[in-house]
Amino acid sequence: MRLYRALRMAVTALRRNPMRAALTTLGIVIGIGAVIAMMEIGQGSSVQLSKTIASMGANVLLVFPSATTSSGASQGAGSTVTLRPQDAEALAKECPSLRAVAPSIRARTQIVYASQNWVPNEVVGTTPAWLDIREWPMGEGEAFTDRDVTTAQRVCLIGQTIARELFDGESAVGREIRVSNVPLRVVGVLAAKGANMMGMDQDDVLVAPWTVIKYRISGSQLSSANQSASSSSSAGSISDTYPSGAPSLYPERSTAQARDNPMLTRFVSVNTITAAARSPEAIPAAMEEMRQVLRRQHNLRTGAANDFEIRDMAEMTNTLSSTTRLMTNLLLCVATISLVVGGVGIMNIMLVSVTERTREIGLRMAVGARSRDILRQFLGEAILLCLLGGAMGIALGHGGSLLVKLLAHWPVLTSPAAIVAAVGVSATVGMVFGFYPAWKASRLDPIEALRYE
Amino acid sequence: MTMDFIELKDIRRVFRMGDLELPVLQGVSLQIARGEFVALMGASGSGKSTLMNILGCLDRPTSGQYWLDGQEVSRLSSDERALVRNHKLGFVFQSFNLLARTSALDNVAMPLTYTARQLSDREAHRRAREMLERVGLGDRLHHQPSQLSGGQQQRVAIARALINKPPLLFADEPTGNLDSRTSDGILRMFRRLNEEEGITILLVTHEADVASYTRRTIHIRDGQIVDGAYGTGGQPRGGATAQSGGEAA
Repeated sequence: MRLYRALRMAVTALRRNPMRAALTTLGIVIGIGAVIAMMEIGQGSSVQLSKTIASMGANVLLVFPSATTSSGASQGAGSTVTLRPQDAEALAKECPSLRAVAPSIRARTQIVYASQNWVPNEVVGTTPAWLDIREWPMGEGEAFTDRDVTTAQRVCLIGQTIARELFDGESAVGREIRVSNVPLRVVGVLAAKGANMMGMDQDDVLVAPWTVIKYRISGSQLSSANQSASSSSSAGSISDTYPSGAPSLYPERSTAQARDNPMLTRFVSVNTITAAARSPEAIPAAMEEMRQVLRRQHNLRTGAANDFEIRDMAEMTNTLSSTTRLMTNLLLCVATISLVVGGVGIMNIMLVSVTERTREIGLRMAVGARSRDILRQFLGEAILLCLLGGAMGIALGHGGSLLVKLLAHWPVLTSPAAIVAAVGVSATVGMVFGFYPAWKASRLDPIEALRYE
Repeated sequence: MTMDFIELKDIRRVFRMGDLELPVLQGVSLQIARGEFVALMGASGSGKSTLMNILGCLDRPTSGQYWLDGQEVSRLSSDERALVRNHKLGFVFQSFNLLARTSALDNVAMPLTYTARQLSDREAHRRAREMLERVGLGDRLHHQPSQLSGGQQQRVAIARALINKPPLLFADEPTGNLDSRTSDGILRMFRRLNEEEGITILLVTHEADVASYTRRTIHIRDGQIVDGAYGTGGQPRGGATAQSGGEAA
């Protein structure tokens, strides 16, 4: 009831001079409007940015074999082979925090099409899930299938750079290229992705089923990138052999040997396992799940060191969050400055108003207003002024950001939190900057005030 | 001894201006009974405004005692004095002091905002309308001060002073800004209020003409009462000082 009365009193007072009230609150209108508009546009681009960073692999987790130590000398990461394609399958099945898992094998070799040749940055043997993990859409044609992987079909996908270098504008889909003298049919061209954060060209890539790379390609000359220099005698013969035509490192073992010493059995290994968490927030949980599954898969005892290493793209997520933080801080600075400016405007006009209405204040005191009644009245006016300004600012800012969305096609995201905060902030500004004038009014001596000309 | 409605005992008021002490009231004692119509006269600088401010509970005396309606008001805090002003006193000023760009009705209802017992809007407006009708402005309810003549404005101010039904009305030079014909109307209205409703009225003026409408005159000079400090205990003194045709009201 008292609040209602104070509110009505403030409305009455403001209505006596609507033009001045509007001009007074203009600072708040512009301040809040700018904050809302920037909030909405900022959030829109922040979401866009996090999508972009996610496409660069913010959710990606990599599993490497860990380093071995030989006579006290570390052999460096990846010097043992402990990861198997089965590990990837187990991870995909048993880790709820993972969206997709793919094993991958890397090779470096030359590819040839007609008279053109090229050495891609990356030759990746994997499963179709890899494209999902890297969030890499197809530009042309279609991706190979899981069935192509199990049957080691001689197919591949190429990046834009290879398409340009080998085919020079022609359509690559359906053509056959030779990779280490193994003919692979191009079934699709990946969409352009550009350089990664290190400046490496991500489009300079050839993707094939891992079985093909493992059994048909890396089995042949991996040591030399220049296949034309090597003897062509092995060409064709290797591709006919399945599962592997790799020269065996060890002498043929007898059944008895194999039974006595099963660990020496060479298993099919992969270089890395790539996985994608469901969200950046799920990364820690995903890493823990992967650790447990892999330890069980590798029969590691409690206390034994991991024979693998899981890495996330912490740097990327840090970049993402620091960018967002910087943006928020900048916004806060701008908001604070504009609201202080607006608040000073309110204070200025309220002081003028108090001086102007000195006689009114004296009269109100003479008919029985206590100083706290006067304080409440002027404070109420300032707060109402700011709230009205805030409301107009919200409308203005929202309209502005919609306009930007319509005209400039920027991504915009309405933020209810920002609107609630804007209302709170404008009321606070009214309270802070309205207090001094109101306090001054309440301190007036009624006799002096009544006599004031 | 029963106490009068207003009783001042040795009221002193000293203003301090830096090191200088300026004694404005130098031991004022007076009594006014309920239902009296009193004029307070004095030249400018005589201390009548200061006395008026103390009587109107706007100011506190430096020393001395002031009983109003049996209550010692000279020691009250400013909030308590605001309450007394709201409930027991009405003020009419020389310059009307109406709120600009506010209807007569809202001007009259304004003091109700500060009463402890809250009236509903409807009730407040009903009472304001009643008061305006009583001062003869029933047809000007929604006019703003700028649309009213001086006399009408002063009557709105009187209606405002009466809205809380105070037993005591202060009028500080109420006719100072009005021509003589309008003044006459206003002063008659005061007399009618005094006679018909028993409201005690204290009129501050420096004009003998104005004072002549009242039944008793207190003269003040150099901060001291020179004449009329003690009346006849509230009994009307007949028409001794009321010559010029107020009886018709």
